[in-house]
Amino acid sequence: MTDASQSLADRLPPYARAMGMRIEGLLDGAPLLAMDYSDRAMGRPGYLHGGAIAGLLEIAAIMALHAALEEEDAKVRFKPVNISVEYLRGGVTVETFARGEVIRAGRRIANVRAEAWQADRTKPLASCWMNFLIKPKA
Amino acid sequence: MNSPLDPTRTRPIVPPGTAFDPALFNETMRSFGHTGFLGIEYCAHGHNWIELALPWREDLVGDVETGVIASGPIVSLLDNATSMSVWAFRTTFNPQVTLDLRVDYVRAATPGKTVIGWAECYQLKRSMAFVRGIAHDGDVSDPVAQAAGIFIQVEAESWARMPEATA
Repeated sequence: MTDASQSLADRLPPYARAMGMRIEGLLDGAPLLAMDYSDRAMGRPGYLHGGAIAGLLEIAAIMALHAALEEEDAKVRFKPVNISVEYLRGGVTVETFARGEVIRAGRRIANVRAEAWQADRTKPLASCWMNFLIKPKA
Repeated sequence: MNSPLDPTRTRPIVPPGTAFDPALFNETMRSFGHTGFLGIEYCAHGHNWIELALPWREDLVGDVETGVIASGPIVSLLDNATSMSVWAFRTTFNPQVTLDLRVDYVRAATPGKTVIGWAECYQLKRSMAFVRGIAHDGDVSDPVAQAAGIFIQVEAESWARMPEATA
């Protein structure tokens, strides 16, 4: 793991760690999140819970924004304003990946999209957009 | 027979169309999986609404500097409450999946406080159900989050299955 992905991995919050999320390096320039299948991610029997998928998408979006802000990241705090998730396929009991894409990071607002998939990246389980409010650190 | 779902079987052991009991359903969901991990509790329900609770816990925190709970568990709480509100309105358990769900994070939840998730199904169609919900930590007029979503009916056979079948 590169130093950049290690410092991002250090920022994974307790919720992400409890769910078994980790950073697997970079994919096309953005952090790649992975989550092993576990009982704690299951909703209806045999499928991932929609909230667990949304939680993984959010962490992927947050990590993508940390990475995209580069040196600015240390000077700001950001918080999620909203998320809209579309569910495309049921998630089954295998490893799940997610990657965020920062569409725009302005001075006050960042717009980020994220996708989650399993064996085949071209067959996403779910996608989302998220907006973040960026504030200078007090 | 009393359990709407059995995680060890290939499909719900209560067939679609069985009367929906929100307290019993939540008790079953709490015994395994993501709902069990989060510890989501049943509070109350009405003819088209459900109220659930998500107690604050250290391992659900999203920001270690503030102790604020992560947004993922709040989406899960609202996903559960909105989906159960559809079954409450239908009065029967019918397999469905989330088509989309939007959540606005109005403010950070207060660290240490239980988050209440209230949701209603405001329109029921043959295959789609329109839902909205609100999350708060004690005062519904000062919400933490607001949600809107759509659920779609699916065939029972494709709704739930054994984990082994896909490994």
